[in-house]
Amino acid sequence: MSTPLLEIDNLKVDFELPTGTVSAVKGVSFHINQGETVALVGESGSGKSVTSTALMRLLPEMASISGAIRLDGEDLTQVSASRMRRLRGNEFSMIFQEPMTSLNPLHRIGRQIAEVLHRHRGLSGSEARIRVLELLHQVGIPEPERRLSSYPHELSGGQRQRVMIAMALACEPRLLIADEPTTALDVTVQAQILDLLRDLQQRYGMAILFITHDLSLVRRFAERVCVMRYGELVESGETAKVFNAPQHDYTRMLLDAEPRGSKAAVPEDAPVLLSGQDVRVRFTTKKRLFGKNDHFEAVRGIDLTVRRGQTVGIVGESGSGKSTLGRALLRLLKSDGRLRFEDTDITEFDKSRMRPLRSRMQVVFQDPFGSLSPRLTVGEIISEGLRVHFPELDRREREARVIESLEEVALDPTMRKRYPHEFSGGQRQRIAIARALVLKPDFLLLDEPTSALDRSVQMTVIELLRQLQQKYNLTYVFISHDLAVVRALSDTVLVMKEGQVIEQGSAESIFQSPRETYTKALLQAAFLDTAA
Amino acid sequence: MLSYIAKRLAMAIPTLLIVITASFFLMRVAPGGPFDGERQLPPEIEANLMAAYHLDEPLPMQYLRYMGNLFQGDFGPSFKYKDFSVTDLIAQGFPVSLELGGLAIALALLLGIPMGVMAALKRNSTVDYLLMGTALGGIAVPNFVIAPLMALFFGVILGWLPVGGWNGGALPNLVLPVVALAIQQIAYIARMMRASMIEVLGSHFIRTARAKGLNERQVIWRHALRPAMLPVLSYLGPAIAGIITGSVVIEQIFGLPGIGRYFVQGALNRDYTLVMGTVVFYGVLIVLMNLIVDLLYSLFDPQIRYDD
Repeated sequence: MSTPLLEIDNLKVDFELPTGTVSAVKGVSFHINQGETVALVGESGSGKSVTSTALMRLLPEMASISGAIRLDGEDLTQVSASRMRRLRGNEFSMIFQEPMTSLNPLHRIGRQIAEVLHRHRGLSGSEARIRVLELLHQVGIPEPERRLSSYPHELSGGQRQRVMIAMALACEPRLLIADEPTTALDVTVQAQILDLLRDLQQRYGMAILFITHDLSLVRRFAERVCVMRYGELVESGETAKVFNAPQHDYTRMLLDAEPRGSKAAVPEDAPVLLSGQDVRVRFTTKKRLFGKNDHFEAVRGIDLTVRRGQTVGIVGESGSGKSTLGRALLRLLKSDGRLRFEDTDITEFDKSRMRPLRSRMQVVFQDPFGSLSPRLTVGEIISEGLRVHFPELDRREREARVIESLEEVALDPTMRKRYPHEFSGGQRQRIAIARALVLKPDFLLLDEPTSALDRSVQMTVIELLRQLQQKYNLTYVFISHDLAVVRALSDTVLVMKEGQVIEQGSAESIFQSPRETYTKALLQAAFLDTAA
Repeated sequence: MLSYIAKRLAMAIPTLLIVITASFFLMRVAPGGPFDGERQLPPEIEANLMAAYHLDEPLPMQYLRYMGNLFQGDFGPSFKYKDFSVTDLIAQGFPVSLELGGLAIALALLLGIPMGVMAALKRNSTVDYLLMGTALGGIAVPNFVIAPLMALFFGVILGWLPVGGWNGGALPNLVLPVVALAIQQIAYIARMMRASMIEVLGSHFIRTARAKGLNERQVIWRHALRPAMLPVLSYLGPAIAGIITGSVVIEQIFGLPGIGRYFVQGALNRDYTLVMGTVVFYGVLIVLMNLIVDLLYSLFDPQIRYDD
């Protein structure tokens, strides 16, 4: 075996903050051989992204690096800034997690790719154009000629990531650093991008450093894996070995954190809590002064029945209309069709008539960072609903309810005086659940409640949702693109595509024997067929 | 695009109607009239004058008459500047105001943008603090304070520049009023540019540009500058409105024959038609400028398109 392409030797990264020094990476060593794929795995805060950014020397100025990063024997921590610029995008390049924002919104994509060729190969004009077209073709962008002059906002997320890849590969680098390249994408797109990367890897013979939190991707994609936690490397080795016989507790915990189990069935004659008939939601896309407005129908005639104690999972990719349907069920959006809550027809209910029902129908949103008011304390956030729905409670009674609900979600009630920014993502999602629970609802809409969380945290939140459901006989509508989570939680599953339900049935039947090709593709892309 | 412009112009009509109506009645509420002077006119002559200008009719009648003439493009005669119609006065004053305002906007952009960029690039350094401190001063001190002080210092004490007068638009006469008019806008634009430049420099596509191996100059010139200028561009609408109201004060202070001065004189003299004429003119100007700025925005940002 020849010398490794990249050798990282005792890498340390410290951030000098006004509040003191924070060590993000604490002496990490590993190597990557020519043409090899190595996965760097860890949860948020593990230092994996800091490590990769340190390789590119793109860390902010307050970061100090020690140790050695050798690319072909050349120590990147020591080379001059101008040498580093010659290497970046040329000998090694990087693709990022955020396909939506990583391209310059004001430049046409042809120009953005050509820029790399101009910088490192001196190509310009027609020479660069030929190579750009070739690259766009290789990364599977349809009609490359036409796309050259597109702006990023005219492309989908998957296409933008393909453009990023084209840009990164323009100069045929020997090492590609891929920092969570598929996290922001739908599962079917994810699979396509990974296949593309693997193809291109063979064509160009480059090595890939693949940074991810998603273990199922690692299993399929990487030859070796390094597991990081709190800035340290806790385990590394061949992927199969690490997965089959993990040495470190943390690795074992990560592997266990893949959601498992299924939900205990609800009797078939349980009373219907919420039902919708031919639910339709239309958005006006263009208002006209004269004549009809233009519409986009996001939800196109959906029937569903939710029985008390059940969890109905709604899966689908972005744009399938699943969140819109959820909002329509709670009448947070105007919809057509019939909606019933218990025996009440709520189809025609306006805001004020819905209000008394709101305490019984609650919602937990996806983004635990954006959905809690940053100016209110946790206690105020939780008790706000009580003030509206239970005005008869005095301050002490409200306080008692808040404490009770915080205990319910396993948070220390003394933390109720603090503000949301002092909590982690998982804790915030617990706060959001406590806020919903304090009103003692019958029905909870869970809109991607775990998508923004690390796997191990996800696990604990799902466990909590399960316990609460059992304890209070709660009814859930659970919206997610994460099929593993839906499987673990749901009685019945609706698969949505383009505003319609294309398949529905019990969770077991959908996951064991899907009928529709689309459902099969979803499952395959999510690797559930191999992981079972 | 054309239908968008048509729609915007149609939407401006109610705005202008409200402005015109409000100023018409506010003007009449103010005590006094156009023919009150040092010397009391004989009652018969005053009555004749009132009749000649239809000022003896009931107010609603006068309003309808005014609006009727306005729709025919007739601003009426000036009460004070005899032998001149309001249209004549605006036509005389506008070139002066336009030159003043145009230069002030140009100066504000030319100084404000580089100041902001510089401060953003040298964030939290002495340069940054110095620039932003100055800008804060520019915002805090109103132009009616700055202008006389500048006239005193550069005109009277140092004797470098004339303290007032138009002199056919000679450069020395322009310097002080243009600077006085621009200062506040320079300060706003510099602060805005700094903030948006800092935001853009932290964005993902700038990281991508660096990852491509571009040097800092290329990163800033090619990738950061244009997106960072977008907020400044959308501020141009309010900035132009600010320059216009500012010019009312500045033209008065430096004795310049622009529309602003006619407006102030007109208001003091109860020259109803002149005041109304300038108000309508300013209103149309601001509406048009905002439309032009919005259209410019779509040229700079491909994500904004005013199509059907």
